[in-house]
Amino acid sequence: MSRTETELVTTAGSGRARRGAAFGRSGNDTAQGRVKNRLTNRWATLAALLIAVFWTVPTLGLFISSIRPAADITRSGWWTWFANPAVTLDNYRDVLAAGNSQLTMADSFLNSIAITIPATLIPLCIATLAAYAFAWIDFKGRNALFIGVFALQIVPIQMALVPLLSLFSRGVKIGNVELFGNLDAGVGYTQVWIAHSIFALPLAIYLLYNFITEIPAEVIEAARVDGAGHGQIFFRIVLPLTMPAIASFAIFQFLWVWNDLLVALVFADGKVAPITKLLAEISGSRGQDWNLLTAGAFVAIIVPLIVFFALQRYFVRGLLAGSTKG
Amino acid sequence: MSAFFSWIASLPALLQVVVVVIAFGAVIALLIFLLEVAPRSGRKYTVIRLAACVLVPLLAFLFLGSVLWAAAVAAVLGGVFFWLDYRSRQGAGYLFQLVGFLTPAFLLIAIGLIYPTIITTGQAFMNSRGNRFVGFENFVWIFTQETGIRTVVNTIIWVIFVPILATVIGLAYAVFIDKSRGEKYFKALVFMPMAISFVGASIIWGFMYTARPADQPQIGLLNQIVVMFGGEPVAWLAHQPWNTFFLIVVMIWIQTGFAMVVLSAAIKGVPIEQLEAAEIDGANGWQRFRNVTVQAIKPSLIVVLTTISIVSLKVFDIVRTMTAGANGTSVLANEMYSQWKGFELGRSAALALVLFLLVVPIIVYNARQLAKQREIR
Repeated sequence: MSRTETELVTTAGSGRARRGAAFGRSGNDTAQGRVKNRLTNRWATLAALLIAVFWTVPTLGLFISSIRPAADITRSGWWTWFANPAVTLDNYRDVLAAGNSQLTMADSFLNSIAITIPATLIPLCIATLAAYAFAWIDFKGRNALFIGVFALQIVPIQMALVPLLSLFSRGVKIGNVELFGNLDAGVGYTQVWIAHSIFALPLAIYLLYNFITEIPAEVIEAARVDGAGHGQIFFRIVLPLTMPAIASFAIFQFLWVWNDLLVALVFADGKVAPITKLLAEISGSRGQDWNLLTAGAFVAIIVPLIVFFALQRYFVRGLLAGSTKG
Repeated sequence: MSAFFSWIASLPALLQVVVVVIAFGAVIALLIFLLEVAPRSGRKYTVIRLAACVLVPLLAFLFLGSVLWAAAVAAVLGGVFFWLDYRSRQGAGYLFQLVGFLTPAFLLIAIGLIYPTIITTGQAFMNSRGNRFVGFENFVWIFTQETGIRTVVNTIIWVIFVPILATVIGLAYAVFIDKSRGEKYFKALVFMPMAISFVGASIIWGFMYTARPADQPQIGLLNQIVVMFGGEPVAWLAHQPWNTFFLIVVMIWIQTGFAMVVLSAAIKGVPIEQLEAAEIDGANGWQRFRNVTVQAIKPSLIVVLTTISIVSLKVFDIVRTMTAGANGTSVLANEMYSQWKGFELGRSAALALVLFLLVVPIIVYNARQLAKQREIR
């Protein structure tokens, strides 16, 4: 992790120094200056601009359409809006009231929140505990076990969906002793909480482990010498020091759960369906009602976009830790 | 336990969140407290240990509703306490703590990943109702009829094109904007689709692809461009095999940001001395890029490629939302879901197993890299 962090620090630091440098070739003579403008010539700038535009325009089109009057959307392209800007919030009002026989879009928005928050916090806690054990409690077969957990990321959730579902409806029994009874669809969010928590664990343990091992051994040893047990070390030292990592994984998991469709289709049926499921449904049944679809899509992506832009730094850090170590 | 969850389900949605988070927090806090006091000596801690030995089985009895389980929990707990005194050589309470830290994770992983994987593997060789062994019949079905082959071929197309294109575009973009003015904002623009759900992205692109009859004004941007250049509007998602590529565009749109961010960080880690040395040796910009930068960021490149490969192998949401697999666009994950919905359990499991087998080599490669790194440390 230390490498990645210094990288990030340099990125952040040089941003200020860089401000003066010209885009394109400049006669800058310092060592840094020469490296700076290596590949940035006019064509590169143009290509970068093109990519940036291509990556932004679709979302822009969606947003503009969502605030245009419904009749306009089907009559002319969204780009004509700039010549004739008419703004309305009717689409949003309509789509929040739209839905299927069991719930409206507004309900499903609430469902998304109710599913996402526990499904983020629960695996995070459990994974932090396990990651700590892997990092700082010595035991036989630790490496093998850890690689086993890492390798469990292989299992596509498609392998686990169906048996887990029937497990939920049957309950878990060993012999004729019930470990827990059936968790039918009637019990609301429970199934989808548990499912998301389980599927998050291998990656979460692996990512958090990467951070927790980076704590200097001297710090942990010193605490041990002072008579702290694992519980105290975990709370007083490991948790505060790995808070940034925990935050970055929390953002990951939040986005993942909020944006998920597959797990929701299987485990969150009927009244507890999240917004992605309802949106996919509307897209299937009312595929030409672009006034509803654009507004609905925007409602669904606004929360992750806010989370993303507000906490981008943590998100990037988590991404880098997860990948440069892999 | 079921009663507890039923009770929760009867509350308003947001209150459920609060209750569950608090309940879960309390359980974890209790666990850590027990772990902490387990190895301590002194009368106070003996009392707490004694209380734990009574309380935990009682809780087990209340939640699991069976005397047998309570007895089992009590036996385990007692055994562990005995064991930890016995094995004080490792530091008192060693085993108890280890078990305490790891059990929640392992219990969940065993129930939710390991057990289902075994079951699914078995199902793949059973008939649609899962009660008769049929050997390789389901696999023969996948690989002999046309839609099955189409599904496999499509998945392979996804895995080849998405990682390569997303990585190349991401790398190019990262290099182009490297150390430019406003780099942060340029990055955010391309990175943004990472936050958008596949479903949302499917609708965004579905709107881009919309086609209207030639005599009406186009509302999809792509067809507007086609018409502007004098062409006929195209139904992008209707024609095989190109429609798969138009779905792939959506995935590339999402994944490029990931590639760009990771590779950009890697590029910033390339030692300036090496670049300068290459320059003194007379290498031009492209040579320096190819021979110094790309060599230095190779580990990150591999990670990006493998990560995106896995995501593309498992692609489901995009296909489901945009075409639901119609017009020959289906992929393994989508077909697996469709078969399951059609009560073809065996075929569904077989498709999942094929998916699994395709993912294995990629992750084994990744895991070996990890093992190598751990050895170095």
